[in-house]
Amino acid sequence: MTKKKNFLDVISENRFIHILLSILLGFLVGAIFLIAMGLSVGEAYGRLLSSVTNLKGFSYVVVYAIPYIVVGLSVAFSFKTGVFNIGAEGQYVVGSMAACCTSILCGGLPKPVLIILCFLTAMIAGAVWGIIVGFLKTKWGINEVLSMIMFNWIAFYLSNFIAGLPAIKNEGTAEATKNIAANASTLFSKDFINSLGLCPTANWGIFVAMAVTVLVWFIIEKTTLGYELKAVGYNKFAAEYGGIHVNRSILTALAISGALAGLGGALQLMGMGGRISIFTSQEGYGFAGIVVALIGCSNPFGVFVAGLFYGALMYGGSKLNLVGVPTQLINVIVGTVVFFIAISVIFENLKRLKSRSRRKAEAPKPKKADERKEEKS
Amino acid sequence: MAKEYVDLNTPVIEMRNIVKKFGDFVANDGINLTVHKGEIHAILGENGAGKSTLMNQLYGLLKPTSGDILVNGRKIEMNNPRDAIAAGIGMVHQHFMLVQPFTVTENIVLGTEPTKGPKLDMATARRNVVEISERYGLSIDPDARIEDISVGMQQRVEILKALYRGADILILDEPTSSLTPQEITELIAIMHNLVKDGKSIIIITHKLKEIKESADYCTIIRLGKYIGTVDVDEVDENGLASMMVGRNVTFKVDKPEQEPGEVVLDVKDLHCKDYRDIEIVKGLNLQVRRGEIVGIAGIDGNGQTELVEVITGLRKGVSGQVLVNGVDVFNKSPAFGFDHGVSSIPADRQKHGLVLDFSIEDNLILQNYGEAPYSKKSVLQRDPIFAHATESIEQYDIRPKQSEKRPAGTLSGGNQQKVIIAREVQNDKDLLIAVNPTRGLDVGAIEYVHKYIVDQRNKGKAVLLVSFELDEIMSLSDIIDVIFDGQIVAAIPGKEANENDLGLLMAGGEKA
Repeated sequence: MTKKKNFLDVISENRFIHILLSILLGFLVGAIFLIAMGLSVGEAYGRLLSSVTNLKGFSYVVVYAIPYIVVGLSVAFSFKTGVFNIGAEGQYVVGSMAACCTSILCGGLPKPVLIILCFLTAMIAGAVWGIIVGFLKTKWGINEVLSMIMFNWIAFYLSNFIAGLPAIKNEGTAEATKNIAANASTLFSKDFINSLGLCPTANWGIFVAMAVTVLVWFIIEKTTLGYELKAVGYNKFAAEYGGIHVNRSILTALAISGALAGLGGALQLMGMGGRISIFTSQEGYGFAGIVVALIGCSNPFGVFVAGLFYGALMYGGSKLNLVGVPTQLINVIVGTVVFFIAISVIFENLKRLKSRSRRKAEAPKPKKADERKEEKS
Repeated sequence: MAKEYVDLNTPVIEMRNIVKKFGDFVANDGINLTVHKGEIHAILGENGAGKSTLMNQLYGLLKPTSGDILVNGRKIEMNNPRDAIAAGIGMVHQHFMLVQPFTVTENIVLGTEPTKGPKLDMATARRNVVEISERYGLSIDPDARIEDISVGMQQRVEILKALYRGADILILDEPTSSLTPQEITELIAIMHNLVKDGKSIIIITHKLKEIKESADYCTIIRLGKYIGTVDVDEVDENGLASMMVGRNVTFKVDKPEQEPGEVVLDVKDLHCKDYRDIEIVKGLNLQVRRGEIVGIAGIDGNGQTELVEVITGLRKGVSGQVLVNGVDVFNKSPAFGFDHGVSSIPADRQKHGLVLDFSIEDNLILQNYGEAPYSKKSVLQRDPIFAHATESIEQYDIRPKQSEKRPAGTLSGGNQQKVIIAREVQNDKDLLIAVNPTRGLDVGAIEYVHKYIVDQRNKGKAVLLVSFELDEIMSLSDIIDVIFDGQIVAAIPGKEANENDLGLLMAGGEKA
């Protein structure tokens, strides 16, 4: 009994263990579904593992992970600063489209200049998308979650509209934009890819993602800007009392978060996508970003690892039908993982229940003092 | 008082050797408490001493780790407040638990409504309520809505609620913290009426004066330990205070005579509205000079909260001027006021004073994070920030020590207040505004907070003190401004003030 209680203690106090356990439970629930469908658990999970543990597979995982990491950082940044950026999806889409247009319209520029320009326009587009929502919130008190969801749809149709413009649309029959200019591509050279045996879309966007991870960590933890934004996020009344401009901080947080999501869009396009299709449904990168931020505990380095994990699930999952397993299994696993992360409350309650029944059994033993809150005289 | 109703042969509550642990932390360490029929028993202790923990065990909200609770001589085990109510125990919490839009009657019978068939029998309910209120001399209007009646009346409703449920033992948790002096006097009379009728009352408080005025016996708890139970008639306030904190406490605020200097804060013809958009400050004029403490005395809701919010920039006013050293800060941002000499200890320390999730060191630089040495080129400099926190913790006696990196939310109320005071005093501004700076603090902490406020005055700062504690206003202020209905209606030199005159003026009457 004591052993079990300590176990629950550990989970509720250690986020890392809690997350690992949630992931484990995700796979467990996935296994139940597999068994129910009469499929082999070993074969499915074996395939999942084997498809990401070779060099080529892993390079796919990294390529998949780049946008997840950067959009995850966008959402994590918003969590840290007290806004919930559910609009990362829309910011991602406008960022991606901005980079696409820039590369098509300014394709003649030298490679380094064009790439930086694409990144910049994507970030600006994402930031503007975030600021509009922030402005609606600070000026008229419009709930940001509602307006963000609407702006996701505005971005969706805007992107489809632009993709159909004559200057942008593909000359062929494909319902998509033209391919981005070769100068805007972040792909490694063909020779390099072939010599190492990487996947054909291997690109150096991952180094941008690494740099952004460190940068976001630095802003949040080390700068006065991060201090301000966090203060507003934790307690905007005290922040205002202390002389911080609350509305300006909210706008700044949304601009930075939007810029990151926009950059995620550019990195996906320039390294992997190559062009933007006319959407029939939302891309889902923004929502994946929320999942990644949750799994990564909103810690920038945690988000980086979580992004890789998510990328591995997505790539590995796409190979599952080779062994006759529906790829939807991945959605079951991801959904379960998020579910268990979100209900940390349950662990707390379980723990309280345990300690109560223990007290009934009158076996007082010291336990961690996290209930001290109750002791308020 | 005369203990005429105390029946020492009939103990109604006995708590024996109560131990309550939260993990390694011992909140109650072997506490004994005996309360008799017809007795008013005070529980005295500093913040965090374990008073509420003890009472929560008596009311079934917490279970003791060890020890016995006996009610009317029978050992009982309580798992929730329902069990406590069944045993005849009622509790009136510090924060009332009333349904605001309901009437007094509806609130009192809530949960035990009389019914006639499937229908609510409001007529019987009302009759019962009137009957019980007359019996104990607790006059109330049974048809008034809670939101329309005063705090003192709401408290009566809470007491009636407990009595209606058949409580013979009443626990009152900090019952006077939001009452006016007149309401306190009335409450004490009510308590005497109740014990006359054979009820017993346990009152949790850290106000020594009220213990002297109302209680028969007093049990003192310090740091979770049982210190002793005393006959209130046999000790004086100083004796009680030193038992509570474990050292001698001075109540007298040492304040040298000094001539005030030039005007620092000059509020002229200020008008502003409250959250309901109703004018609440109505052409208020106020001056505070260097080296003086101006106390604002008034009943809550007469505009003092809004006045301070306008001065500190948290609320937009309608018209008027707020000059600080000659610069008008009216309708400017809090940052502007801060830059021009305003610092303040806010009324709600958890809402406005601190970012509870931030560490203590981060809270201590809430206004200065952008300045050297705490940041260079927009990058925070952790070493100077830490050193500053270490120094402040030492100098302002913030406990526990070595808590620089701990979230401010883990500190006790008194120590949270010390963090704010350390920050605001070190800002070294010309004007210090303190709103209820000692609310919820115990005597040890109060003594300390008062010392720092007077220090600021002695250093030639202008201090504006807003407090609902008349004793605090009277002992600290050089000038007492009485606020009533959005205006300053009287200015009395601190030395000449007495509680009766102030109480009358605060209620809108004339000085006798």
